[in-house]
Amino acid sequence: MAAPRFWREIPNRYNLIGTRCGNCNKVFFPPRYICPQCRRMGKLEPYKLSRRGKIVTYGVVHVAPEGFEDLVPYVLAIVELEDGPRLTTQVVDCDPNEIKIGDEVEMVFRRIGADREDGVIYYGFKFRKVE
Amino acid sequence: MNVGIVGYGVYIPRYRIRLDDIARVWGEEPSRVKQGLMVEEKSVPAPDEDTATISVEAARNALKRAGINPQDIGAIYVGSESHPYAVKPTATIVAEAIEATPNLTAADMEFACKAGTAGIQACAGLVEMGQIKYGISIGADTAQAAPGDPLEYTAAAGGGAVIIGKNDGEALAEIEGTYSYTTDTPDFWRREMRPYPKHGGRFTGKPAYFKHVVSAAHGILRQLKLTPQDFAHAVFHQPNGKFPCQVAEELGFSKAQIACGLVVPKIGNTYSGATMIGLAAVLDKAKPDERILVVSYGSGAGSDAFSIKVKKAIEEKRDLAPKVEQFLNNKIYIDYSTYTKYKSLLVR
Repeated sequence: MAAPRFWREIPNRYNLIGTRCGNCNKVFFPPRYICPQCRRMGKLEPYKLSRRGKIVTYGVVHVAPEGFEDLVPYVLAIVELEDGPRLTTQVVDCDPNEIKIGDEVEMVFRRIGADREDGVIYYGFKFRKVE
Repeated sequence: MNVGIVGYGVYIPRYRIRLDDIARVWGEEPSRVKQGLMVEEKSVPAPDEDTATISVEAARNALKRAGINPQDIGAIYVGSESHPYAVKPTATIVAEAIEATPNLTAADMEFACKAGTAGIQACAGLVEMGQIKYGISIGADTAQAAPGDPLEYTAAAGGGAVIIGKNDGEALAEIEGTYSYTTDTPDFWRREMRPYPKHGGRFTGKPAYFKHVVSAAHGILRQLKLTPQDFAHAVFHQPNGKFPCQVAEELGFSKAQIACGLVVPKIGNTYSGATMIGLAAVLDKAKPDERILVVSYGSGAGSDAFSIKVKKAIEEKRDLAPKVEQFLNNKIYIDYSTYTKYKSLLVR
C-alpha cells in the first residue's frame, strides 16, 4: 500500500471515524461522502463510531494472505457496531474455538501490516472479546 | 510543585511464557532461575503488538480515568528503547490515536528503562510554567533479549501512561517533588543496527542500579525532609524481583511498603513500562493522603525519584479503566517455540 493512501485513512483506521447523514441520520463506515438515500439533500459529516459491537458472523483463517502467515489460525469476523455499521475485522488474543456469534467485542489498536522490512508500518483497529 | 496526576493507565499483552519453559531449553535448573530472579513468568507481545500499540492502549486507558478533552493535551512523550522506527516518532502515532493532534508538542524519549519517568518530569515542567494544560508521558517497551542470554528470562512487554496537569480538584495525586541522579555508567547498552542489548553482567548491580536508585531516593528524602516512615508505598524500578527488594531493605523500607507495586514476578521486566506499571498498581489500591515514593532506573545510568501524595479524586477515577491486576490475571500461556515465532526469532 502506498503511504499517502494509508495516511488518508488514518482517522478511520485509528479511531473509527465514519460519516453520518444530517438529513436521515444514517451512519456509514467506511465513510461515504454522498448519502445513497438522500442524494443531493444529504448532509454528510464526520461521525465517531462506538468502539463496541457484536460478532454477526466469523470465519477461521488457516491459509493467510502475505503478512498474516504467522497469525494463523486467526478469526476474521463481521462485527456490527453499536451505531449500526458493520465492518470486517480480525479478532485477536483469542482461541478460535471459543468464539461465538453474538460475542461482544471492543476495538483495540494493532499493527495491521508493513511495507517490507524497510517500509511504513500500518496501524489500525482490530477487535478483541470483552471479558 | 503545583503539579498532579489527573489520569493513569496501563497495558500488558495477554501472552505469557513461564520461566520454567525458557530454563528447560537452555539446560538450566528452573527452580534456581526463578528463585534467583524472583520472577515466575513474563509477558510476550502478540506478533501485531509493538511499543506504539502498547503506548496507545495505555494512553487510552489513562484518558478514560482523566475524563479530559484530548484536545487539551499540549505534550506527548513516549519513552522506550524499542520504538518501532529508528526515525519516525512513536509519539505522533499515539497523538493521532488519542485524537490529541495537531496543536501539541510530541517527541520520543530514550533513556533505557527510565525514559517514561523522564517524560513525566518534562510534562511537569511545562504544566508548572503554564505552557500546557495537560501533558501525557508514556513508558512502554517490547524488550529484546538474545536467545540464551540471562536477559531472556525477564525481557517482557508492557507500558504505562500518566497524564500530568495542575494540582487542583481533578488531580488524583499530587507530585510533591522530583529529584534525579545521573552519571555516565556503561552497564547496559545496544549499539546502532544491533538487535539485542549487551550488558556488564554483575556490573549492572552495585555501581549501576543500586548506586543510582539509592542516591536518587536519598536525594528526594533530603529535599522534602521526609523519612521512609512517611511513605505508605514505595515503587522501585524492577528488572527482576530481587533488586527492588534489596534496595528497599537498604533504604529502610519494609516488604509491606513495596508489596503493592511489585509486579515483576508475574510479568517480567517491562523496561520503560516497569516503574510506570508499578506506580499504577499502587494507585489502583492506595487511599487518599497516602504517600508513594517512586524511583525509576535507566541504564547508562540514572534514576528519577518522585514523592507522590494520593488525593480524594482517586476513589472516583480508579474504576474507570482496567486495573493492573486485571491485566495480570487475563493471560494465555504459550510455549518456547511459539514464543520464538512471536519474537521473530523463528522465521519461515
